[in-house]
Amino acid sequence: MTPTAPLDATDRLILNHLQEGFPIAPDPFEIVAQELGLEEADLLARLERMKAERIITRFGPFFDAEAMGGAFCLCAMAVPKADFETVLTKVNARPEVAHNYERSHHLNMWFVLATESAPEIEAVAKSLEQETGLRVLCFPKLREFFIRFRVAA
Amino acid sequence: MSIDSTDRRIIAATQAGLPLVPQPYAAVAQELGLGESELCNRLRAMHDSGIIRRVAVAPNHYALGMLANGMSVWDIDDARVADLGAQVGALDYVSHCYERPRALPDWPYNLFAMIHGSNRDEVEAKRQEVAALLGGACRGSDILYSTRILKKTGLRLRSKEGH
Repeated sequence: MTPTAPLDATDRLILNHLQEGFPIAPDPFEIVAQELGLEEADLLARLERMKAERIITRFGPFFDAEAMGGAFCLCAMAVPKADFETVLTKVNARPEVAHNYERSHHLNMWFVLATESAPEIEAVAKSLEQETGLRVLCFPKLREFFIRFRVAA
Repeated sequence: MSIDSTDRRIIAATQAGLPLVPQPYAAVAQELGLGESELCNRLRAMHDSGIIRRVAVAPNHYALGMLANGMSVWDIDDARVADLGAQVGALDYVSHCYERPRALPDWPYNLFAMIHGSNRDEVEAKRQEVAALLGGACRGSDILYSTRILKKTGLRLRSKEGH
């Protein structure tokens, strides 16, 4: 990882402010610049730099894939150490498995299933249980609390 | 709300991000052969219906020095999880906060919150802060650290027509 230039107070102000939202309007940067007491050109230049330095990973609309008709579910399995690689191969072979992490717990394999519809989640989970002989616990999202991340000012 | 093929083209054109130019919507509209006001109206409609969660910046935790994270999990009184979840989700160092079903008897936890810090000790200290905030409404907790990324593919949005 390359070292990144330190963020100054204005960069932090911009990051915190723009995590809350960005206007859908013809001159959105002008609106934000006024809210923050900055020049529009300075705001754009700082965003450009932070994007180039990968301090900003994405800037734009965040789409809710579930609202678009897809289905997602966090799932977990307790995989015996000796079988871990065998089970991993079977789980990762499924195109519906989007992310998969090994975690420090008795439930040591955590992955996200992404399918076109909700019934398919259950079908894939059942099918993985049959193939591996292990239980697949499903933790669908019941409620989402506001997601953001503030940079110490 | 159902989305049509124009919405899908808008999604495909913007899911990698908006251009950093003074009139980003005009630039995207031109690329798609739409009017700027039509594009903005469609984006607003998708925002209002929840298809767009928000238009915003996503910072890179690693680039900001947040090198450690842990998935903290909590067993919260059902009657209080909505209120307390919102409070935990609003904490500066928490990035993802969800209510999920328990899987008894294996898994008693119904609140999940990703805690970020510059190192493991800082994550643990923040976990104690969350525990203090939850107080007596919390009957148990744990924290899971990722020890290996086993698979990571983007959650790709379908750009095909239909549905």
